[in-house]
Amino acid sequence: MNDFLFARSQMGMSLAFHIVFAAIGISLPVLMVVSEALYLRTGRPVFLELAKRWSRGAAILFAVGAVSGTVLSFELGLLWPGFMEKSGAIIGMPFSLEGFAFFTEAIFLGLYLMGWTRLPPLVHWFCGVLVILGGVTSGIFVVTANAWMNAPAGFKIVDGKITDIDPIGAMLNPAAVHEVLHMTLAAFIATGFAVAAIHAFFLLRDRRNAFHRNALGIALAVGCISAPLQLISGDFSARSVARLQPAKLAAMEAVYQTQTGAPWRLGGIPDDESRTTRYDLTIPRGLSLLADRDPNSKIIGLDQFPPNDWPNVRLVHWSFDLMILCGLALIALSVAVGWLAWRRRGVPDGKWILNTIVAAGPLGFVAIEAGWVVTELGRQPWIIYGVMRTQEAVTPMPKIAIPFVIFTLIYLLLSVALIYLLRRQFMKTDEPASELITKNA
Amino acid sequence: MLELIVAGFMFVALIFYAVTGDADYGGGMWDLLANGPRAGAQRDAIERAIGPIWEADHVWLILIVVILFTAFPPAFAAMMTALNIPFTLMLIGIVLRGSAFIFRKYDIKSQEVKQGWSLLFGAASFFTPFIQGLTLGALSTGQIRIADGRVVSGFFAGWLTPFAFACGLFALALFAFLAATYLTVDPSTESHVQNDFRLRALCSGTALVPIAFVVFVTSKHGAPEMYHGLIQWWAPLLIGATIVCAIAALASLWLRRFVVARFAAIAEVTLILTGWSLAQYPRLITPDITIFNAAAPEITLRLLTYALLAGAIVLFPSLFFLFRVFKGFSKEKKS
Repeated sequence: MNDFLFARSQMGMSLAFHIVFAAIGISLPVLMVVSEALYLRTGRPVFLELAKRWSRGAAILFAVGAVSGTVLSFELGLLWPGFMEKSGAIIGMPFSLEGFAFFTEAIFLGLYLMGWTRLPPLVHWFCGVLVILGGVTSGIFVVTANAWMNAPAGFKIVDGKITDIDPIGAMLNPAAVHEVLHMTLAAFIATGFAVAAIHAFFLLRDRRNAFHRNALGIALAVGCISAPLQLISGDFSARSVARLQPAKLAAMEAVYQTQTGAPWRLGGIPDDESRTTRYDLTIPRGLSLLADRDPNSKIIGLDQFPPNDWPNVRLVHWSFDLMILCGLALIALSVAVGWLAWRRRGVPDGKWILNTIVAAGPLGFVAIEAGWVVTELGRQPWIIYGVMRTQEAVTPMPKIAIPFVIFTLIYLLLSVALIYLLRRQFMKTDEPASELITKNA
Repeated sequence: MLELIVAGFMFVALIFYAVTGDADYGGGMWDLLANGPRAGAQRDAIERAIGPIWEADHVWLILIVVILFTAFPPAFAAMMTALNIPFTLMLIGIVLRGSAFIFRKYDIKSQEVKQGWSLLFGAASFFTPFIQGLTLGALSTGQIRIADGRVVSGFFAGWLTPFAFACGLFALALFAFLAATYLTVDPSTESHVQNDFRLRALCSGTALVPIAFVVFVTSKHGAPEMYHGLIQWWAPLLIGATIVCAIAALASLWLRRFVVARFAAIAEVTLILTGWSLAQYPRLITPDITIFNAAAPEITLRLLTYALLAGAIVLFPSLFFLFRVFKGFSKEKKS
């Protein structure tokens, strides 16, 4: 591997690590705020206990998200100074706004976490609402900046020089809306189902536990409401990508030859040499139908682009399929849970559904990671699509393998420590929960 | 003009970061140095003091970075290239300090693991501000050279100099002093622990004097342009005011006027950074990059100014509320 690949690996690894905490930072506050609202309405202590436990989880995960986010903001310059030099003036704006949104989130999370006794109940709850607001808006701004890399707008290039900069136009780039919608929903889905899985796991061992039952109910509600909406947002995203980045769409679906009535392709082994995909499952005309609402529409294939402008077709296609499968599985689960909940008028607690929920726990985060691989690898070899190649932006710094290895080791250490820490946080819930049963059963 | 306004915002953010975020690092230093029969109580006081606010304080650094790369992109690119190594080291420190602090706080069980996190937290709290002082110093050395938008002085220029190291040391002593001074004010701290921090503040505040002298002496050869800045007409006034604040801080610590000491210490840090900024003005990287030749187009600066003003309207009331609740600017409710 050369320095360029190590730089890309380091950026990718940092993003893959950070996105987990960013997603939780956006959506876990929703769970705790809902729970606290239920407590304020019903006065049942189980909801207060739940809000406190979740906020403790949020505290730990938010801290790691804050520091790993700092790493990313510096890495933009440490790894890609050529990119920042050109684009800072164009796309720095959403980052600055994100700075303030993140400030709001950090301030009110501090108040929420430590203010249980110092703030009046409603003020405390409202701090939680502001945490959500800060988290969601900071996510929106950052994803907007990423969208600009995929659909650059708000400037002109005259004789190789960037002129006529319009930062507002850059923020309102054509990829912004679909990326923001897709990622925000993904955060809710992933966190909702991951948290649901944890509580389903404990509920399986103690069916009478009111704490875990209520927790499961709230988490499932957030996940199951968001998941079906993602179907609409995903469709919107795919159609936008077809319009804005045909090479990315071609790689996502391994379309080598431009064709009318293109099939939807699942799996298989794309081969750049022979420009074919073997062992795939296809739905005839499926891609044309989805991308253009017309079974006979023309889909641009990779043959329209010189091979050195191709992304890594295999990785992009497989990641895309992985994301789709995880998403569809969660949507199916949402429907099943919704149906059971409606029939039972309560949180589903059958053995098989709880087991399924446990098994589905990681799927949302797998989908997020796979989705970002599609977005980022699918944009290559460009760092600014069609404008600047990633290779042109990389730092002249040699031996990037060293920071790559160091950060990888640190993030591994943190991951292991986090798993232990969060496990203990939840193990602890068994004790007070048993006394809550008598009050609330 | 707009360049100046945006640079002014960056300067304000830098001061806020120093007196809040870097003071949190100072807290970490005293955590590592906690000793004697009240070591545990000292650590508790530190944890209470920085627990609710350190993440918000940390965001000032992110704000400085985003203003820098939005308003002065070539300066950001050059800094991140020439100082790639120290900035990477600083990031490692930031990640380890933050995670170790939060892990220690929420780790319920084993004492040994807790001590491990404690050690990491303290060590990273020393390491990070040292590197920050070092990089800030490196920007003034004049050894980082940029030609045609490329860094031509390699990856080791500036930051391995005696002057940069002196700046790193100065940052350490300054933030240790600031943190110890803050910790004397915490209303929930018992009086013995308060005394411990008073002693620490007096020691570190006094230690600042010889270190400041070393910075000044090394700047003559290590950062000649800064040295020239420091002997301009305004310099005696500013240095005089700084010395007055420093004496006031130490004297009020001695006399146990802790609230006065806190404000004097904040004023001292603000004046030091003001002096540094004035001596550095208008250069971002001495000598080649200034806020004028690195500025983004006018439209970006104008929109950024609006964004910063709007952000400030949201930010300052929120921050005020946070500090009022936890730092007892009003009547303290016992929890």
